[in-house]
Amino acid sequence: MNNGWEAVIGLEIHAQLATRSKIFSGAPTAFGAEPNRQACLIDLGFPGVLPILNAKALRMAVMFGLAIGARIAPRSIFARKNYFYPDLPKGYQISQYELPVVEGGAIDIEIEDGSTRSIGITRAHLEEDAGKSLHDAFPGRTGIDLNRAGVPLLEIVSEPDMRSPAEAVAFMRSVHALVRHLGICDGNMQEGSFRCDANISVRRVGDERLGTRTELKNINSFRFVERAATGEIERQIDLLEGGGVVIQQTRLYDARSDTTRAMRSKEEANDYRYFPDPDLLPVRITPSDIDRIRAALPELPAARKKRLVDTYDLDEKDAGRLTTDPSVADYYEAILKAGRFQTGPAKLTANWILGELTAALHREDRDILDCPIPASSFATLIARIDDGTLSGKMAKTVFDAMWAGEGEPDDIIEARGLAQISDSNALEALADKVIEDYPEQVSQYLSGKEKVFGFLVGQVMKASRGQADPKRINEILRRKLSDASE
Amino acid sequence: MPISESDVLDVARLARVHVDAQELSKIADDLSNILDLVESMNAVDTESVVPMAHPLDMSQPLREDEITEDERRDEWQTLAPSTQDGLYLVPKVIE
Repeated sequence: MNNGWEAVIGLEIHAQLATRSKIFSGAPTAFGAEPNRQACLIDLGFPGVLPILNAKALRMAVMFGLAIGARIAPRSIFARKNYFYPDLPKGYQISQYELPVVEGGAIDIEIEDGSTRSIGITRAHLEEDAGKSLHDAFPGRTGIDLNRAGVPLLEIVSEPDMRSPAEAVAFMRSVHALVRHLGICDGNMQEGSFRCDANISVRRVGDERLGTRTELKNINSFRFVERAATGEIERQIDLLEGGGVVIQQTRLYDARSDTTRAMRSKEEANDYRYFPDPDLLPVRITPSDIDRIRAALPELPAARKKRLVDTYDLDEKDAGRLTTDPSVADYYEAILKAGRFQTGPAKLTANWILGELTAALHREDRDILDCPIPASSFATLIARIDDGTLSGKMAKTVFDAMWAGEGEPDDIIEARGLAQISDSNALEALADKVIEDYPEQVSQYLSGKEKVFGFLVGQVMKASRGQADPKRINEILRRKLSDASE
Repeated sequence: MPISESDVLDVARLARVHVDAQELSKIADDLSNILDLVESMNAVDTESVVPMAHPLDMSQPLREDEITEDERRDEWQTLAPSTQDGLYLVPKVIE
């Protein structure tokens, strides 16, 4: 696609683990606190403090490892990654270097043509986050907020297995869905809970050797991964085709200008001098710990998707969209349960969730968790469409009223007189009236002008003030007109 | 393993340590001697030895995921040379 060039992409994803307290201290991790209100002496790097590992953060890392079929290290080591920056109070970040908690494993991604590819995971390790620097708030000074210092992160490093920006996005989405299903990360990208760096190189198609890579930092949305990677691939191809060389460097992505720029070489002349942190002992994970954690694993997105397809005959794409966010899948299944729905209404429910409901949530920038419509009410709405009480158009009106907090669908239907006319006699009478009123169109239809039929249906609909089921009008009219022709 | 004067300058820069020019050669010699001493251990066969990560033969204790720290920002900030609006202030860092 790129004139005989092939891209090679690997991602490093940082997922913030959903613990209440920090990875090595008992300070809170909640987002949005006033600056430095959640930074205790351990996070501030005071002399004489001792970090102690958060059991839940460790358990979450193991859950991730088990979910991707990785090896869980029976003994893993925390190391100091040494560098100086004002938002890193100790002068080192506690991370893992040799012997990370999770090694190996793979994650499936779905690519555009519907097939799946397996992307290898090199490792996933635990580490603490750094603080935040505010460069623009004070003239000549930088403000430091250390609330984020010590927040637990799982850094997930992929193999260089992706071959296009689209695959990189698909991988990021798969990991995102997985960590949310596992309940180990809230996945909130605006708040920085899920972000990534991308390693990118290009080579001639068929070339086995890897080209020189650059690292793009600062990517915090699915869209930016695609845009940043696309731009960087083009930049490298242009360079090489122009006879230049790619220099190994770190580049920062700027979403506003949609460009990347090189960090100064001095900034990246990093030599982190990792060594085992003497404050932390080796972490041991026993086979029985692993068994216990495995037994408590929730259903994973791929399994859930397959179950929805198998049980309710949903198409792959809809099932995939429903299981991207576990809260959406939960809501969907709560509706099915409340309505005791099988295949037909289950598909209808999927359409409504992915259509109207998603649009309404999006419009008001709300999460499904604060959806104003209880699942049981939604189930009633679907049942009323399924039993013919409501046309699609009426259902939309009822949905809007439910969204606005007007209560149960049956009450709304009654209060607004919205039910379709289901009384056959009434519909027959309307049809008779239309046949009588439009003899010319009737004879046109009978002489073979099929198009006129739509007009006649429209007249009956109009006479019913839109409250008739068009399918039933169709049946009744066809029958009456064929009777008339005999 | 010989350490050159430019190695010393590199390490000093990474550690943010100032080294006077006239000290360079002595420090380079000292560091070389230390590394030579460590290197003598290469003569030992360590094939079956698990690299030690900690002198204590114990494993890491864990803490429950509970908030145990009180909010004491104002106290901690009395120790900082400069703060404003709850932030620690440092000389401008250019990214």
